[in-house]
Amino acid sequence: MDKFVKLTAIVAPMDRANVDTDAIIPKQFLKSIKRSGFGPNLFDEWRYEDVGQPDADNSGRPLRKDFVLNQPRYQGAKILLTRENFGCGSSREHAPWALKDYGFDVIISPSYADIFFNNSFKNGILPIILDDKIVDALFQEVYATEGYQLTVDLQAQQIIKPNGETIAFEVDSFRRHCLLHGLDDIGLTLQHQEDIKAYEAKRKQQAPWLFAN
Amino acid sequence: MAGKTLYDKLWDAHVVRQEEDGTALIYIDRQLLHEVTSPQAFEGLRLAHRKPWRVETNLATCDHNVPTTELKGGPETIEDPVSRIQVITLGKNAQEFGITEFGMGDPRQGIVHVVGPEEGATLPGMTVVCGDSHTATHGALGALAHGIGTSEVEHVMATQCLIQKKMKNMLVKIDGKLQPGVTPKDVVLAIIGKIGTAGGTGCAMEFGGQVFRDMSVEGRMTVCNMAIEAGARVGLVGVDDKTVEYVKGRPFAPKGEHWDLAVEAWKELHSDDDAKFDIVVEMDGSKIEPQVSWGTSPEMVLDINGMVPNPDKETDPVKANGIRRALDYMGLKADMPVKDIPVEYVFIGSCTNSRIEDLRAAASVLKGKKISDKVELAIAVPGSGLVKQQAEQEGLDKIFIEAGFEWRNPGCSMCLAMNADRLPAGKHCASTSNRNFEGRQGAGGRTHLVSPEMAAAAAVAGHFVDVRDYL
Ligand code: SF4
Repeated sequence: MDKFVKLTAIVAPMDRANVDTDAIIPKQFLKSIKRSGFGPNLFDEWRYEDVGQPDADNSGRPLRKDFVLNQPRYQGAKILLTRENFGCGSSREHAPWALKDYGFDVIISPSYADIFFNNSFKNGILPIILDDKIVDALFQEVYATEGYQLTVDLQAQQIIKPNGETIAFEVDSFRRHCLLHGLDDIGLTLQHQEDIKAYEAKRKQQAPWLFAN
Repeated sequence: MAGKTLYDKLWDAHVVRQEEDGTALIYIDRQLLHEVTSPQAFEGLRLAHRKPWRVETNLATCDHNVPTTELKGGPETIEDPVSRIQVITLGKNAQEFGITEFGMGDPRQGIVHVVGPEEGATLPGMTVVCGDSHTATHGALGALAHGIGTSEVEHVMATQCLIQKKMKNMLVKIDGKLQPGVTPKDVVLAIIGKIGTAGGTGCAMEFGGQVFRDMSVEGRMTVCNMAIEAGARVGLVGVDDKTVEYVKGRPFAPKGEHWDLAVEAWKELHSDDDAKFDIVVEMDGSKIEPQVSWGTSPEMVLDINGMVPNPDKETDPVKANGIRRALDYMGLKADMPVKDIPVEYVFIGSCTNSRIEDLRAAASVLKGKKISDKVELAIAVPGSGLVKQQAEQEGLDKIFIEAGFEWRNPGCSMCLAMNADRLPAGKHCASTSNRNFEGRQGAGGRTHLVSPEMAAAAAVAGHFVDVRDYL
């Protein structure tokens, strides 16, 4: 899993509440053999005028020009600002896979659906919870300033605005630890590499045929 | 101190470390891979720039999506695009990561749970995983084998370990002698009928007693294969001389000095006489009859001379409802004799019953007979290319073909209908596979789980019959 320590990036405003995982990545894309490559189909129905198909080329598809991610000023955004209950609906891990693949590393919202919230951390995305009013103020600032950027510092647990003001946020200490060090289950197990190697050395003595090839 | 069960011994030999809450890292000796549950795992490795910890412990083959009709060429000739991509992807991944793969057209290709033991790639005393619930099969060799999910597939590739908590010890003890015509499949169906599909949940299920001592190693595989249908992720049979004999000389089996060391160690791989089990179920082997599943869950199973249940006689309303739904889906009437159920399709195959002994058993019933004209399609699908070769050397293919069967190429086939082999809606199929869930063999299809002998006899009669009348 990718580490997340600190990031400065453009903010895209997704001004809707209850954005569900079906909207984040529609069901026809779940047949894929991959967990990467979902980015072009992120928010597929909102983003394109036609209906997307798995494995089709998305480059020539007609775009809905008014959709936020299609607007030139939000290109390259890595922070998604949104409203409450983001990620509700089905438990598909394809939702964080799609957000991550598109390029989002941070989501800022007043609240999230539980499963989505968990899945995000597992995939190297930091979902930040901020007070309604603060989120509202951020929306105003993003709209007002083209190229609006925020700095998100997980180490310090704070967001730094262009004018230098800071906003503190909370995050579970274990999850913070995993994100800062880029640890997933595999990463955590690999912290015990020495134990695994010691086991192998011992086992090789007892059952050498298991190490013959 | 009480003795250890086989499961205890296998577990203890593989603990890398254990946390206070019982969560352990278990070392994995062998991972088998197939095309359906591995692509995201490989992709995960790639994205994280990780390499397999011990690449040589992985072995891949394609089975779920491969066509069983005449091969036109490699994976690129598979007609269904989704199937094609999955098979091609496995080949590419195996190549990129340096994993041995038995691809389409390779005589060693086949159903992953047939291939593992056949190649000696799964051995007594090993821990074996595969992204597939029927991995329990390999426990027949005295290996600790269970099915895992895709993220665990990735975890095992990257770390050679699985995060696990120890399960409970369960013993299914069956003494006595099986009647002629009663097979390992009937034994395991009878067990599931008795303890239910959740009977072994949370357990490692060991099969002990005279019936299993007398049983061939391939028969034990049939039984362990369906441990998962009784809720147990792990099925086990202790190692004996038959196991050792079975493994000897197989391509991946230990050689020379290592062979002697291994055999010495494998002698310990059985439960001690004073071992303590959390749950013990006992049955009398001599009383087991040929079995036929009538419903939509493997526990909905009956003796061949039985009657389809009547929901009105069931006092538990939840169960009564379950019976009603199953009767409706299966198109059966309450209280009708099992022998009156028509058979329109016959499928001999799957990781449960597609080994050489299964094909021999079915052929022995079919020899010199023709399938009923009520049967629309009967297919025999060997579990691997090598099983197919062996069967052809013995002339079994001719017996099948002369009886009216189609003789196919190896794969999962109509067990789950991910390839083109599908059971049409409304048709009854005598199937040697392991799951009779709604739609499992094709949308609306009606599966009846039976032994290869019973499937062959049903093919001849056009309805279910007692194979003992055909011996
Ligand atoms: S034969 Fe059936 S049960 Fe066995 S691995 Fe293939 S699909 Fe699964």
